[in-house]
Amino acid sequence: MFEKILIANRGEIACRVIKTARKMGIKTVAIYSDADKHALHVQMADEAVHIGPPPANQSYIVIDKVMDAIRQTGAQAVHPGYGFLSENSKFAEALEAEGVAFVGPPKGAIEAMGDKITSKKIAQDANVSTVPGYMGLIEDADEAVKISNEIGYPVMIKASAGGGGKGMRIAWNDTEAREGFQSSKNEAANSFGDDRIFIEKFVTQPRHIEIQVLCDAHGNGIYLNERECSIQRRNQKVVEEAPSPFLDEATRKAMGEQSVALAKAVGYTSAGTVEFIVDGDKNFYFLEMNTRLQVEHPVTELITGVDLVEQMIRVANGEPLSITQDDVGINGWAIENRVYAEDPYRNFLPSIGRLTRYRPPVEVAAGPLADNGKWQDKAKKGKDFAVRNDTGVYEGGEISMYYDPMIAKLCTWAPTRGEAIEAMRNALDGFELEGIGHNLPFVSAVMDHPKFISGDMTTAFIAEEYPDGFEGVELPEDTLRRIAAAAAAMHRVAEIRRTRVSGRMDNHERRVGKKWVVSLQGQEFAVKVKADKEGSTIKFADGSKLRVSSDWTPGDQLAVVDVDGPLVLKVGKISGGFRIRSRGADLKVHVRTPRQAELAKLMPEKLPPDTSKMLLCPMPGLIVKVDVAVGDEVQEGQALCTVEAMKMENILRAEKTTKVTKINAGPGDSLAVDDVIMEFE
Amino acid sequence: MKDILNELEQRRETARLGGGQKRIDSQHARGKLTARERIELLLDEGSFEEFDMFKSHRCTDFGMENQKPAGDGVVTGWGTINGRMVYVFSQDFTVFGGSLSETHAEKICKIMDMAMQNGAPVIGINDSGGARIQEGVASLAGYAEVFQRNIMASGVVPQISVIMGPCAGGAVYSPAMTDFIFMVKDTSYMFVTGPDVVKTVTNEVVTAEELGGASTHTKKSSVADGAFENDVEALAEVRRLVDFLPLNNRQKPPVRPFFDEPDRIEMSLDTLVPENANTPYDMKELIVKIADEGDFYEIQEDFAKNIITGFIRMEGQTVGVVANQPMVLAGCLDIDSSRKAARFVRFCDAFEIPILTLVDVPGFLPGTSQEYGGVIKHGAKLLFAYGEATVPKVTVITRKAYGGAYDVMASKHLRGDFNYAWPTAEIAVMGAKGATEIIHRADLGDADKIAKHTADYEDRFANPFVAAERGFIDEVIQPHGTRKRVARAFASLRNKKLTNPWKKHDNIPL
Repeated sequence: MFEKILIANRGEIACRVIKTARKMGIKTVAIYSDADKHALHVQMADEAVHIGPPPANQSYIVIDKVMDAIRQTGAQAVHPGYGFLSENSKFAEALEAEGVAFVGPPKGAIEAMGDKITSKKIAQDANVSTVPGYMGLIEDADEAVKISNEIGYPVMIKASAGGGGKGMRIAWNDTEAREGFQSSKNEAANSFGDDRIFIEKFVTQPRHIEIQVLCDAHGNGIYLNERECSIQRRNQKVVEEAPSPFLDEATRKAMGEQSVALAKAVGYTSAGTVEFIVDGDKNFYFLEMNTRLQVEHPVTELITGVDLVEQMIRVANGEPLSITQDDVGINGWAIENRVYAEDPYRNFLPSIGRLTRYRPPVEVAAGPLADNGKWQDKAKKGKDFAVRNDTGVYEGGEISMYYDPMIAKLCTWAPTRGEAIEAMRNALDGFELEGIGHNLPFVSAVMDHPKFISGDMTTAFIAEEYPDGFEGVELPEDTLRRIAAAAAAMHRVAEIRRTRVSGRMDNHERRVGKKWVVSLQGQEFAVKVKADKEGSTIKFADGSKLRVSSDWTPGDQLAVVDVDGPLVLKVGKISGGFRIRSRGADLKVHVRTPRQAELAKLMPEKLPPDTSKMLLCPMPGLIVKVDVAVGDEVQEGQALCTVEAMKMENILRAEKTTKVTKINAGPGDSLAVDDVIMEFE
Repeated sequence: MKDILNELEQRRETARLGGGQKRIDSQHARGKLTARERIELLLDEGSFEEFDMFKSHRCTDFGMENQKPAGDGVVTGWGTINGRMVYVFSQDFTVFGGSLSETHAEKICKIMDMAMQNGAPVIGINDSGGARIQEGVASLAGYAEVFQRNIMASGVVPQISVIMGPCAGGAVYSPAMTDFIFMVKDTSYMFVTGPDVVKTVTNEVVTAEELGGASTHTKKSSVADGAFENDVEALAEVRRLVDFLPLNNRQKPPVRPFFDEPDRIEMSLDTLVPENANTPYDMKELIVKIADEGDFYEIQEDFAKNIITGFIRMEGQTVGVVANQPMVLAGCLDIDSSRKAARFVRFCDAFEIPILTLVDVPGFLPGTSQEYGGVIKHGAKLLFAYGEATVPKVTVITRKAYGGAYDVMASKHLRGDFNYAWPTAEIAVMGAKGATEIIHRADLGDADKIAKHTADYEDRFANPFVAAERGFIDEVIQPHGTRKRVARAFASLRNKKLTNPWKKHDNIPL
């Protein structure tokens, strides 16, 4: 076995590989750019080599620099992770020349699968199902109809040079195919000056399902089931799970066998992923093969118990696979949520900065991977569910602008899909992340979405279900009642503590009452709190009762409360109550005495100022330039000013044609998020 | 007998209605609560004891003799906030617009005298149209009587003003002399002369809100210490503030049970100070990570943001915090920040509240506007305030402590009890670049030489050890252990006794 391997990557995947290498007794070498000097992967590795400035094209993907690091440390093998140099055949070649093992497939396989057209051809030759289509030139409408019939409706008629939906038509019959061909052709000629058209099968209700394969250099190849990755935002996967709630055993087997056949056809070794698009009738079509470890590999590990990184290292070391296809089963269900530094309330704008608070949920080892999970050495032992968090950051660390905004991959495993989802909901609720914008509320919302719960989703899920972006979550009444009960009990504890202050008048202490009015999400619950040693009983006005118990004390930012089942709440302070975040909702919860509540009703409701006529600063930054003056008429899209944040210049533009009435900031001013830069008519 | 008892109840009932239901409704329609409702929210439920409920004015001019509402436009008395005694007056806008008469003033004076005698804070809720014009000079005399008591009470019992309506003309000077002023957004304003007079005299057209609203006084003038969304929130937050304050200057600050480990380690503080000395970071993160339960009550949050002032608790006991904020103007001292912090330090010292100072200061802000504005005298206020303070003083230098500003920020030389520095601290006369350009003026033309000199200077002075060698820094500490170090420091200072020489009073450069 290798004595030392270098991980040519950063972030969570570098940490992930280090964990397995450590388990196998292999020494690790990290590489890092200036921006990653204090990164977690550098701290975890046995050695670390600096390889240049922050931009990846000056550090992580410069082959020469990585080769230098290898020579310097004497690493015998390199794990490339994903991204960066993982699918770069030149890198594989350079390693080969140096006699260093590449923990990945041979360069021929990388090259063969790296090109979309070649890979499709190879797949066809290996009898892998591909999207039927005609790539040649189509002369006229008659030919288009003929080809459409051969493919089978519905078909997509596309301009070769097309993009953004232009020159694209979907046809369900001959008439539509004829018309579609003509209009696509005209549109393409007008828009792109190139009227070449091709036709392919239009896949309805598409789902993204991929097969994990694993091959050794001795001709053995197996598949480790599928992963369903249909929940994507602009082709970026957000939620993945294994197995797919959609596949049956026969389809799985067919997809698996074709995938292994394809891998063998290109002489593949190591772990790889064959991506398919699957339609509503379970027809599947090859999309591409990723010749590397995928981001979402943990869900496969969690249901199979196979440590894929370990297998990759063993294969690279020339060992034959120790597992056969028959050893691979499906044990339980695993879900992964990618936690991104993206603000869902601001159209998923990437957010950078300091992680002032980063406390992921406690990892729990359970299920098939529990025994093979030394990477989870600090995990609690559990039986019913597992929680795994792959990350490369820590509290006080920095999310920089230079790399992928992914903070962590939070995975849960449980015997059934429903239980895995429930474990995920609680894990997300217990994930404390402050200092930057992040998508936790959004993925929480997805975990409670009926379509996701039913498993009935397509790649259009996010676009269809959140067409206007994400605006937060409205919680159902029963959840609100549970939160209200928890808040009332918590508030009572906090108020009693306040009465314990020194300097009070003896015998005239304040007595904290039992009756409270809790208001949240526009609803009000009058409750009576009866506390005993074990907890509190909360009686609602309608007579119903909820039992609350928790070891929360004032100041705790996380409350694990048992109210008719576990409830995990992120608790913040607001005047007269709490800010509570749970299940994707962000609530202002006021807890008042009945009299306070009565008086609070007299307070005017203050609407947030109308910001549609203002230019707000989208990120903390420095104004470097203001391009307009008061009184200027501005056109839609016209540059208004430039804000510099993290050394990047961002040009802010007018969203509509209007007139500038006021400018509140000038060059050199440093602004916070949402500061008003200028106002319009 | 029963009838007499009933009559009392009836009289009380009438008095409680103040200016009558119609005026109460119109007060509510403006989004404001009545004087009594405000007291209800301010005090513990059922704890209010009223004085002078039936007191009425003695004016006989302009037909006033025919309207003598009980209470005369102000509700006074005492009650408790979380069981601790406070005195309160609340002006009743429904009675003659809350205008101040001789008798109205007498009621306020009565409770202020009692507060002084019995050692409890005074909280004034202001909602008044101004002087009772019908009473003429008698009303003015009433104001002055109140002013005199504000002055006498200053530094003896905490005085808090809550502006919940108009407060104009001479009336502003009573709140002005109290320790804290809070305002309610959109429904309160304070000014010496109103928009009409401003228009007549200066031709300036300005709204009451622009001239003296909550935004103006919290952001521009610094007259107010905080602004809140509405009456309910304002009163809840005043209660929260009172929990931090001692009842009088003879008491130690209050202590309450706390749920936080005094030796809590915060590893993330080790990365708070960025690699680049010119990159800002948020000092508030340090404050909340040091504080018990992350609870911080900020004073003057929106003014002179280059310095942060407010209250936290350490092991349950109140501590005042003053901290440079590198996020704004690099955390430098200037006229506004010096004034803001000086007043806060003096409040803490007057009421035995220990002071924690967190330092990252590149110096005083240069420029003509500062010099013409008298930064010398204003900066001296903060220096003076720190130097005269006899309460426990703990200082942590996180990064820069340059020049005179180093001396000012509760340095060892100003009787600092514990002066800690993080390893990232740079205690020097100025930044390396500036220093090099002066020391090695001859090499100014040679960039390479200057760079080398700068690096040498950094090696020698951009650290806390030169100061530590001299004992100006008691200990260089790990950032992650700051809470523990600070908590232990204050714990060791609980019996600190330090007295300044006798004087009638000092002569701080006002």
